[in-house]
Amino acid sequence: MNDVMVSIRNVSKRFGALEVLKDVSLDIPRSQVFAFIGPSGAGKSTLVRTINALEGIQAGEIFVDGISVADPKTDINALRANIGFVAQSFNLYPHLRVLDNVTLAPLHVKKVSKAEAEEKGTTILASLGLADKVSAFPAQLSGGQQQRVAIARALAMEPKLMLFDEPTSALDPELIKEVLDAIRGLAETGITMVVVTHEMNFAREICDRIVFMANAQILETASPGEFFSAPKTERARDFLGKILNR
Amino acid sequence: MYTANWSVIPQNLPLFLEGVRLTLTISALSLVLSLPIGIFAGLCRVSRNRVIAFLSACYVEFFRGVPLLVLLIWIFFVLGRFLRLGSYWSAIVGLAIFSGAFVAEVVRAGIQAVPKGQMEAARASGMTYIQAMKLVILPQAIRKVLPPLASQFIILIKDSSLVSVISVVDLTLIGKNLVATTFRSLEVWSFIALLYFVMTFGLSKIIALLERKFRAEWQ
Ligand SMILES: Nc1ncnc2c1ncn2[C@@H]1O[C@H](COP(=O)(O)OP(=O)(O)OP(=O)(O)O)[C@@H](O)[C@H]1O
Ligand SMILES: [Mg+2]
Repeated sequence: MNDVMVSIRNVSKRFGALEVLKDVSLDIPRSQVFAFIGPSGAGKSTLVRTINALEGIQAGEIFVDGISVADPKTDINALRANIGFVAQSFNLYPHLRVLDNVTLAPLHVKKVSKAEAEEKGTTILASLGLADKVSAFPAQLSGGQQQRVAIARALAMEPKLMLFDEPTSALDPELIKEVLDAIRGLAETGITMVVVTHEMNFAREICDRIVFMANAQILETASPGEFFSAPKTERARDFLGKILNR
Repeated sequence: MYTANWSVIPQNLPLFLEGVRLTLTISALSLVLSLPIGIFAGLCRVSRNRVIAFLSACYVEFFRGVPLLVLLIWIFFVLGRFLRLGSYWSAIVGLAIFSGAFVAEVVRAGIQAVPKGQMEAARASGMTYIQAMKLVILPQAIRKVLPPLASQFIILIKDSSLVSVISVVDLTLIGKNLVATTFRSLEVWSFIALLYFVMTFGLSKIIALLERKFRAEWQ
């Protein structure tokens, strides 16, 4: 078994004429939590979204647990079934109750039995403090609750990798903590995670590595201690100066 | 001077009610048939395959451009003869194909009104495009298009009066025949207009009720 969960090798991506990723390379070891930080437009979202092929790439290779993401022969749906994805805007299915949101993919993608899916879904929801919300509709929940349901929905597939794209950016300040706590709890289970975030304290506390991106490139990869106390690049110093002295 | 004699109405009430039943049956059958046609064409319309999307656009544009009367006559005399459909099924097929083009547009708009993140979340969880459509997008799109679909059904009830030209017995043809024998055109046509109104108005009320129920659930 390979101890690298995600291997990004010389990846380039363009939207038309705009270069969004320029020759980006990064290895994410198994069981580690990586934070992607950097200014708006740096390409953070694009980079996480290339990992589960929500965005295609023009050059380079990406491997998830040894499987090439861009290879046309790869069964992309089978690969995605192992990768949880949580977006800024939750994207819960509004026509389904919370538990049905959580069991939909296990039932139809993994083909587990309804009883098993519901038992597991209920357990996961309870572990995220949502035991009393299983039969609510998404619209009846607060933003923080919705985002925790989105996390539960991803976890129900028993992913080996979790991707978060600014999971708290759409939330009111008082709701951010409950979602970060949920992610923090996950980090302790040893699942590999990538979190795009603007929450510097969160990144500092729970992440193993900080990946700093700007202008379509990774400028620095460092431990939180190194990065926050002594960023190596001018661009990172500048970014931290702006974001921490707000 | 014409003096109205309304006794023709109660005397022929069973006949009128039979006409209402026929008109509702023809409209409902056409609607039921136009739903799969329209949903399929609507799905093709949003397909990433350009050829499929183009063919679907051709279907929609063509049948929106041809008058229903002409279409019904053509289907009856050409397609109907060829497929041995008979006037009743020619009428239903004609109405269904015609209405399907409108349903397709409504479905396309409904699908496009579902936020992009829904398809993305479904695909990210490993669902195929078809699963995502079936389980996530269409159920939402259908709820969004319920009001326009309901108006389509109401339009169908009114449009179905044209099937009398290919001698399908519906409320309108029953009216024509009754006028031919009783010469009570004012009374008969007034009552028939009223019956059409009751059908369409009643239906729109029922639909509004259903809609309110749906909305209360998850919006
Ligand atoms: N679908 C798209 N089409 C065209 N350009 C896009 C698209 N998605 C992103 N971009 C552009 O690509 C660049 C990188 O975007 P990306 O969303 O990855 O940045 P980000 O680092 O996540 O920024 P933010 O912190 O604002 O979320 C930006 O210039 C953005 O405008
Ligand atoms: Mg982003």
